[in-house]
Amino acid sequence: MKRCLGLYAAAVYLFLHVPLVILAIFSFNSSRFTVWQGFSLHWYRAIFQDQELSESTWNSIVIALAATLISTVVGTLCAYGLWKRSSKMLSGSLYLSLVTPEIVMGISLLALFQWSFRWLDWRLGLFTVILAHVAFSIAYVVIVVAARLRTLSPSLEEAALDLGATEWQAFRFVTLPALLPGIVAAALLALTVSFDDYVITSMVAGVDSQTLPMVIYAMARRGASPVINAISAIIVVFFGALVLISERVRES
Amino acid sequence: MDAILELRGLAKHFPNQRAVDGISLRIPRGGFFSLLGPSGCGKTTTLRLIAGFESPTAGEVLLNGAVVNAQKPYQRNVSTVFQNYALFPHLTAAENVAFGLKRKNRPEIDRRVREALELVRLAGKESRYPAQLSGGERQRVALARSLVLEPDVLLLDEPLAALDPKLRKQMRLELKEMQRRVGITFLLVTHDQEEALSMSDQLAVMNAGLIEQVGTPRDVYLRPSTRFVAGFLGAVNWIGGIGLRPEVTQLLRALPANGAASRAATVTGSVFLGNCVQVLARLESGEEATAEMPRNGCAFEPGEAVYVCWNPSDEMIFP
Amino acid sequence: MTAAPASNSGWERLRGWFLLPARIWMAALFAAPFAIVIAYSLLTRGVYGGLGLPWTLENYRRVFDPLYLEIGLRSFWMAAATTAICLLLGFPLALFISRAGRRKNLYLQLVILPFWTSFLVRLYAWMFLLRDTGLINTVLQHLGLIHDPLPLLYNNGAVLLGLVYGYLPFMVLPVYATLERLDPGLEEAAADLGAKPWPALWHVILPLSAPGIRAGGVLVFIPALGAYLTPDLLGGGRTVLIGNLVQNQFTTARDWPFGAALSVGLMAIVGALVLLMLRREREGLL
Repeated sequence: MKRCLGLYAAAVYLFLHVPLVILAIFSFNSSRFTVWQGFSLHWYRAIFQDQELSESTWNSIVIALAATLISTVVGTLCAYGLWKRSSKMLSGSLYLSLVTPEIVMGISLLALFQWSFRWLDWRLGLFTVILAHVAFSIAYVVIVVAARLRTLSPSLEEAALDLGATEWQAFRFVTLPALLPGIVAAALLALTVSFDDYVITSMVAGVDSQTLPMVIYAMARRGASPVINAISAIIVVFFGALVLISERVRES
Repeated sequence: MDAILELRGLAKHFPNQRAVDGISLRIPRGGFFSLLGPSGCGKTTTLRLIAGFESPTAGEVLLNGAVVNAQKPYQRNVSTVFQNYALFPHLTAAENVAFGLKRKNRPEIDRRVREALELVRLAGKESRYPAQLSGGERQRVALARSLVLEPDVLLLDEPLAALDPKLRKQMRLELKEMQRRVGITFLLVTHDQEEALSMSDQLAVMNAGLIEQVGTPRDVYLRPSTRFVAGFLGAVNWIGGIGLRPEVTQLLRALPANGAASRAATVTGSVFLGNCVQVLARLESGEEATAEMPRNGCAFEPGEAVYVCWNPSDEMIFP
Repeated sequence: MTAAPASNSGWERLRGWFLLPARIWMAALFAAPFAIVIAYSLLTRGVYGGLGLPWTLENYRRVFDPLYLEIGLRSFWMAAATTAICLLLGFPLALFISRAGRRKNLYLQLVILPFWTSFLVRLYAWMFLLRDTGLINTVLQHLGLIHDPLPLLYNNGAVLLGLVYGYLPFMVLPVYATLERLDPGLEEAAADLGAKPWPALWHVILPLSAPGIRAGGVLVFIPALGAYLTPDLLGGGRTVLIGNLVQNQFTTARDWPFGAALSVGLMAIVGALVLLMLRREREGLL
């Protein structure tokens, strides 16, 4: 049976990865058609000359960094609190935020922001996108950090108290350092999830806060362009590397 | 007697269990005291109550004469050596030992850490991480970490349970020696009666949340006040309501001439233990008795008629 | 392993503060928005789009129009098919990984890797392959196997493919987690008692992986039910699912109340499934 499974697994892995590999290969195609006509870095150069792309990429980076920072802090503290004593309400709502279809999250956040415009003097923009991203990232952070917490022995904190540390000091000097790999892994996950988001972002972004996924979507809708292949290849390689780093960190 | 630690009517009730059901104890200053009992008897809970990890349902914990019920663990001058040592994995041995000193802002941290590590004979391993230390070495770090704070009482939760048997015997001597040198009161919790007997100046035997007897090792072994204590501290031959230790029970082929007590019995088997021979016999009453006989004495065959004999002064009598 | 009992008031206080940010965020940016959506679902569409009184249940009545019911049913079957296929494809893979010994983590990472790269990119990859001028058609035409391009894209099949492709990891990971925790001795015991590999799988392993299958099922079914991007890009507007319908109401159609009612309906189904899961799984979900 083992050989059967092995062959099958290979097939599934091919299914999962080959489309992306093909995409990457054709990003080096000198022609814009799906016939290979020679190697070229033409499309990669085109990326760097595109104003819209660089602006939106910059927006995506800013949003991702800000959202990651906030959601990692909030999520880590939350995971720790739940570890001390669980809260059905909170973990239930976190789980719900994880499974809620993105379009529903997007429109409800849009509804919230529009409603708030009556009382507050602001518009849709980077800020609303960041708030939205934190909202759906917290659950991911909690999952990763909670998993790490489960591997810790509770007697460590007791020992800390025994030796003269207050509860806060026990967290700060004993638990937090032990959590660090998990926190880093959670942050990387939040970063990726935020950078990649299209659906929710498209609903709550303003006219002048386009993100990279939004630009890619518009391009994809308009028609095939190898520029997308090139962008995709870069994204795949970059975030692929990020995953591997994250796994290394998590295993340490 | 100057009691450094006193428990008055201490009780801890959990929703489905009375872990500690009202115990009172006075632990003298500067000695080695043990709490001995089977698993589930409440000894670890008692330890946790003293350390401050649990708050009592009733009763008081007094340290140096003052009631400390309301004090958090970090406010009490007691320190615990955990069963799994609970060393901080991200800190070196030296940093582990320094942890408490830093939290309490004691001066001369480096000197104290060095002295503590020398006391537990770990000089030279300061910069090792717990993962790089052996089980025995980790235990020494845990000891140093607690002792460096000079607590009123050092609490040890089954400290030898995780060590292999040979190391255990060696550590017993070392712990005893350490306590004598440092002078701090040690309170050890264990289920191993050999440990408690060999290390303690005094010990308390616990069962089902209550203390059955307090006394020196000799008192508790030779003059147990309850059947439970007798049975827990060692093997017992129950003969017609009195208890006898196998080592004071003899088998003779003829009635003893002196004033020894005796009963007729039939040998049912014998076991060679190396340092002695255990011979089992069944009395007329149906009770079984085990006698520890010298290994080069005469051999007893199953079915032989013998007399089980003992000195009346060795009898353990219970109300 | 749970933490030390927080009966100590010091821990309780710390915990209270630590949970506060998350509580506020979830209340303000998850619960509150949804409350507003519920409110909107009971209002009426304004003349220029937007909202107006009176309060009405009209939007919910419209949800049950045959046109929209058809969309709902199609979404349901799509999601169910996606879940079933993900289970069929994902279970053997999870089994393989759980038996892979030292290389387990590597194989896991290989599954997670595509998930971490952009969802959009992955959808576009299939567009690149499936469209009329895409790679598959170009190759087949080159080889002379077909004359006209096959309509591989912009239909239900493409959407299904995209959904399975996107959500497969969500089935594999929970199933793997459950298989991981199974006692390896069980398989040996089954073999010892005379079961051949395939029957052992069917009678012993499969039933015991039920919790993982349930978890994976929920994690695939619910997002698939509310999928928007996949049917949008791979269905090209021809395959309309609930997600597309909702998005449409909030953009082009500008009928917020109706869109809100649809969302509430969708969330009702989601909520019911989550409650079912919460009741069944003793360990808690996070």
